[in-house]
Amino acid sequence: MVRKLIVFTLIGVLVCLHPAGDAAAFSPQVIQRGAVGDDVIELQARLQYLGFYKGKIDGVFGWGTYWALRNFQQKYGLPVDGLAGAETKRKLVKASKYYEQFVKEQIRQGNEFTHYGGIPLSQQVKKRGSEGRTAKTTASNVPKGFSQNDIQLMANAVYGEARGEPYIGQVAVAAVILNRLQHPSFPDTVAGVIFQPGAFTAVADGQIWLTPNETARKAVLDAINGWDPSGGAIYYFNPATATSAWIWSRPQIKRIGQHIFCK
Amino acid sequence: MVRNLLLAVLVVAVVGTGYWGYREHSEKNAILIHAENNYQRAFHDLAYQIDLLHDKLGATLAMNSHASLSPALAEVWKIAAEAHSDVGQLPLSLLPFNKTQEFLSQIGEFSYRTAVRDLEEEPLTKEEYKTLQALYKNAGTIRQELRNVQHLVLENNLRWMDVELALATNDEKGDNIIIDGFKAVEKNVDTFSSSSEFGPSFIGLANEEKGFVRAQGRPITKNEAKRIARDFLGLKGTEEIKVTESGKGADDRFYSLTIRDPKTKGDIYMDITKNGGYPIWALNSRPIGKPKISLHEATNRGMAFLKRHQFTGFELYDSTQYDNVVVLTFVKSENGIRIYPEAVQMKVALDNGRIVGFTARDYLSSSIPRPLPKPKLTVEAVKKKVNPQLKVMEQRQAVIMNDLQKPVLCYEFLGTLGDETYQLFINASTGLEEKVEKLESVEPNYG
Repeated sequence: MVRKLIVFTLIGVLVCLHPAGDAAAFSPQVIQRGAVGDDVIELQARLQYLGFYKGKIDGVFGWGTYWALRNFQQKYGLPVDGLAGAETKRKLVKASKYYEQFVKEQIRQGNEFTHYGGIPLSQQVKKRGSEGRTAKTTASNVPKGFSQNDIQLMANAVYGEARGEPYIGQVAVAAVILNRLQHPSFPDTVAGVIFQPGAFTAVADGQIWLTPNETARKAVLDAINGWDPSGGAIYYFNPATATSAWIWSRPQIKRIGQHIFCK
Repeated sequence: MVRNLLLAVLVVAVVGTGYWGYREHSEKNAILIHAENNYQRAFHDLAYQIDLLHDKLGATLAMNSHASLSPALAEVWKIAAEAHSDVGQLPLSLLPFNKTQEFLSQIGEFSYRTAVRDLEEEPLTKEEYKTLQALYKNAGTIRQELRNVQHLVLENNLRWMDVELALATNDEKGDNIIIDGFKAVEKNVDTFSSSSEFGPSFIGLANEEKGFVRAQGRPITKNEAKRIARDFLGLKGTEEIKVTESGKGADDRFYSLTIRDPKTKGDIYMDITKNGGYPIWALNSRPIGKPKISLHEATNRGMAFLKRHQFTGFELYDSTQYDNVVVLTFVKSENGIRIYPEAVQMKVALDNGRIVGFTARDYLSSSIPRPLPKPKLTVEAVKKKVNPQLKVMEQRQAVIMNDLQKPVLCYEFLGTLGDETYQLFINASTGLEEKVEKLESVEPNYG
């Protein structure tokens, strides 16, 4: 029993002493700008350890990480392509350390922290978050010009307006909101378009405040990323319930589900 | 005794209900008044802004010095934007008022473009003066009508809530003074905006829709559309495909396909141009599982897909991972010159690496003349114009659409300033800074 304990303790000590960050830590993927996940967290932490990366370790491979990686590649005589391939990762792992547990713990708690080499880790944390958090990342990719809250607001509108529609009908409704943003006859902001009095029935009757599902959110993302199933429409209506004669006079582009989309 | 007691209880109940009803009523009234006041504010504000707009436009006509003209035009721009925003807050969306909205937006654009121009070097042309005069005249008409409506609203205590109600119930008979007034404004704008008195410098500002200029060829049939879809999406041939043709309102006719595979969940949707049968976009709505391949691998597959379907000479511009899908943007590249308006986007599922989305709308509607012009300035000369604070990391030639929606050949610089990355486009023949953008696509999570 005692012997077992000693063995375990020894193993424990050995594990602790073992220089953090094996080559085994990175997964075999080539990491490219725009990626998210654990490999990106490790990449950022290691680049920061060496002083190349000064931004937040947030698990999102943005421009800051990109330039840091390129600078590293240049300094270490690697081809400068901004891709973390096998050779780059090998050199990076050899040159730096990665205190995975520390980094993951800080991210989970939402603390502000850094991961520079040569400074005790305890001095690199500013407590900000709370103990009970279970966040896996602290940041996300967002399409250019839109915040997560804009996307959420649009998802609310799409869910309220078209939750019974096929997926493509939901993307089309989101696309109409975006087409209106560009159109001179409509307000220039997401909130302005959505809350324009009388513009959307879901806003008028409060259905916009239902909690949207994941499908509505995905539909909004697709629309923002460039998919427009409506064919450039700025109006749509349900022919079964539309009361306005004027809306029928608009040139019709196509019908998706219950909605007719028009100019 | 019992009777008296019952009576007392009844009296209390009646008084209680009455009080509750009264409170409900006054609460409801307070909310109605609150909503009404919001509309009234937007309306009176609009009348005031149009008034001001008319005055300011008049003032610009009399101005001769460039030093005072630029700020005055900038003010016109600001007033037009505020009036535009006021209209957006009124319950007019069921009422055709879009021509007036558009007119305000165009005044804004016109005054902005002239305001930011160096009028010392490039004074207002005769045409532009004519446009200004026409704008002044027509703003005067709108002002008159709005002031009249405003007078009637104030005199008769008209409520915007009634307008909303009348529009919602589509009450044709009941003549609403406000609705009639706004209809008159719209009719006026409609007449004069379709006339040519504004000149080409103004008409050109309107959103011109170009359509799919690249989609040339003979019209295809529905069956051909099916075949194109099968080939493009790599279908097995057992799927059920429904094809419908676009409505009369579409600029370019196209086919919409709904493809249902009985074995997989989620349909595939696709639009194909009628002329020539070019895929406009496709989207697969199947649920996507846990990521198994990397973003890099997905990019390679996207690239291979493009090659397989004769999209040659494209290079990756941007790649972004959202949970279990990635969105890729490819742009056309000719002799190292990136042509940004000619872009295709693609969505790749990370569970099996298949393409689940494709859109070539931008590419199909882009009409950039070839051959591309040669740059007049050298990259060294242009680089001197870059803000010295900016550390340039990458540079290349690129074609973009400028503010005036014209394609221009530029030198593109990617650089960092502090923690931020910026993208600069400097015109390769005039040295003008056409576009500067902060590249930021990562947002911290809140909460």
